[in-house]
Amino acid sequence: MSARAPLSHLRRLVLAAPLLWLLMFFLAPFVWVLKIALSKSALSQPPYEPVLSFSDSWAVWGEKIASLSFETFDLVITDDLYLAAYLSSLRLAAIATLLTLLIAFPLAYAMTRAPKHWRAALVMLAIAPFWTSFLIRIYAWIMLLKDEGLINKALLSLGLIHMPLSMFATETAVLIGIVYSYLPFMILPLYSALERQDPALLEAASDLGATPLKAFWRITVPLARPGILAGLLLVFIPAVGEFVIPDLLGGSDTLMIGRSLWSEFFDNRDWPTASAVAVLLLALLLVPLMIYERQQVTGTQP
Amino acid sequence: MKRGLTSFHLAILALGFGFLYVPIALVVLYSFNASRLVTVWGGFSTQWYVSLLANEALLQAASVSLRVALAAAALSTVLGTCAAFALQRFGRFPARSLFAGLVYAPLVMPEVIIGLAMLLLFVGLGMDRGFWTIVAGHTTLGLCFVAVVVQARLSGFDRALEEAAQDLGASPARTFRAITLPLILPAMLAGFLLAFTISLDDFVIASFTSGPGSTTLPMRIYSQVRLGLTPEINAISTLLIGFVGVALLVASVVNRLRAPSQAQ
Repeated sequence: MSARAPLSHLRRLVLAAPLLWLLMFFLAPFVWVLKIALSKSALSQPPYEPVLSFSDSWAVWGEKIASLSFETFDLVITDDLYLAAYLSSLRLAAIATLLTLLIAFPLAYAMTRAPKHWRAALVMLAIAPFWTSFLIRIYAWIMLLKDEGLINKALLSLGLIHMPLSMFATETAVLIGIVYSYLPFMILPLYSALERQDPALLEAASDLGATPLKAFWRITVPLARPGILAGLLLVFIPAVGEFVIPDLLGGSDTLMIGRSLWSEFFDNRDWPTASAVAVLLLALLLVPLMIYERQQVTGTQP
Repeated sequence: MKRGLTSFHLAILALGFGFLYVPIALVVLYSFNASRLVTVWGGFSTQWYVSLLANEALLQAASVSLRVALAAAALSTVLGTCAAFALQRFGRFPARSLFAGLVYAPLVMPEVIIGLAMLLLFVGLGMDRGFWTIVAGHTTLGLCFVAVVVQARLSGFDRALEEAAQDLGASPARTFRAITLPLILPAMLAGFLLAFTISLDDFVIASFTSGPGSTTLPMRIYSQVRLGLTPEINAISTLLIGFVGVALLVASVVNRLRAPSQAQ
C-alpha cells in the first residue's frame, strides 16, 4: 500500500469495494424511494403499483413522466397533520440540539482542564454510553420519568411534591431523551476543538487586560466554532428524523415526522406515502446535510 | 485565568458524567430487584436472570443478533479499512468528493430513511428479506464508522516507518504486513467492535430489512418495552451492558499494549 505506482490496480480494487457497496446499498435505494413515492398505493404485495418501470423503453418513459402520480406528494403537502409533524420535528430537534450544546460545552471545557493523564479516560467515559444500547438508554428514562417512576418516587418520599409530576409521554420527555442519547456526539467535536487551543492566547488576552469572561467570548468560543458547528449538525440531522425516542417517551400527541413515516409504512402499509414522507424529510435536511458534508469532506482532505 | 481543575470544573464533570451514567446504573441495579414491579424495590434477587433462560423467543432473537453482528462487523471492517486507505492515501482521485460524501452521509442520516430506502431496494430487486438483508443494512452503517476510526489512525501515523522499510528493500506487500498492518490493527479492532455493537444495538434498520424468522434482539426488546416495564428487560439490558463493558475494556487494553508510543 505504498505511494508508488505499480500497485495502482490494487488501489483501484481497494477503492472499488467500498465505493460499489455504498453505491449499491446507500445511493441506489434512494432512486427506489423516489420511484415508489411516485407510484399509486395498491392493495397488493408489495403494496404499490409502479408507474415507472426500469425496463420500459425511453419512448414510453416520456409519456409516463407526463402521467406520473404526484398524488402522494399532494397528499403529504396538503395534509395539515404532516405539516404539523414536520414543523414539530424541526422545533423539537432544534430545542434539543441547543440544550445539548448548553450541557456539552461546559462539560467538554472542564474535560480539557483536567490533568493530561485523565483526559484519555474522560474521553472514553464520554463515548462509552454511545456503545451501550440505544433502546436500553431510552428504557432507563421510561423507568425514571413514569408517574410511578423513580424520580417521582424520590420526590414524593422527600416530601417535595404531593402528587406525581406527569413527565412521561410529554414533549419534555422527548427532549430529555434526545439530549441524553446524542450528548456524546456533541461532546467529542467540542472537546477536540477546545483541546487544540493554545492556552497562551488566554494568557495574552488577560495580560492585555481582558476579563476572563471577555477572553472566553472573544477567544475560546470563536476558536471552537468548527467544533460547535460539527456538534450541532451531528445532533440536529438525525434528531429531526428520530423515531424510537418520540415513540417510547412521547405521548400520542407528540408529532414527529419519523414516527409518521413509520406508521404509514408499518401500520397503514402505505408504501408510496411513506416514501413521499421520506423524500420530503430528506429535502428538509438537504441544507444541513450539505453543510455537514462539506465540513467533513474538506476537513479530512489528506 | 489559571489552568487546571478548579472545584467548579470538578462539579461540572461530576454533574455531566452523573447525568450520563446514573440512568444506566439504575437499570443495572433494578435488574436485581425481587419485585415484579420494576420501580418498587423488593429485595435482592437474581430470579429475572433465571427467567431469561426460559424465554425461548428472546434467546432465539439473541442468537440471530449475535450472528448478524459478527457477519456485519467482519464485512464492515474489511470494507471500512479499504475506504479509510482510499480516503487517506490515494490523494485527490476523481470522484473523491462523491466517495467521501457517501462514507460520511450514513453517520447522520436518519435511520428511518436508510431503513425504508434499503427495504424498497430489496423488494425492487426481488430479494427475500432475512438474515443477509439485515447484514447488508448493518454493514452499510458499520463500514462508515470503521472508515472514520481507521482513517484517524492513518492520519496520525508516521509514513517514515514505511519509507524506511522500503529503503531497506522490503516489498510493498512485506512493508504492509510488517509495518502498516500492526500499526493500524488496534484501530481495525476498535472499528470491528464498534460495528459489532452498532449492529447488535440497531432496531430501526433491522425492523425494515428483516423477514420472517429473523427477529433480532432489539426488535424483541422493543416490543416488550412497548408493553410496559418488566424486570426481565432490566436483566437482559444488564447482560448487554456488561458485554459491551468487557469488549471496551479489552479494546482499550489491546490499544495500550500494541501502541505504547502512538501519541508521539
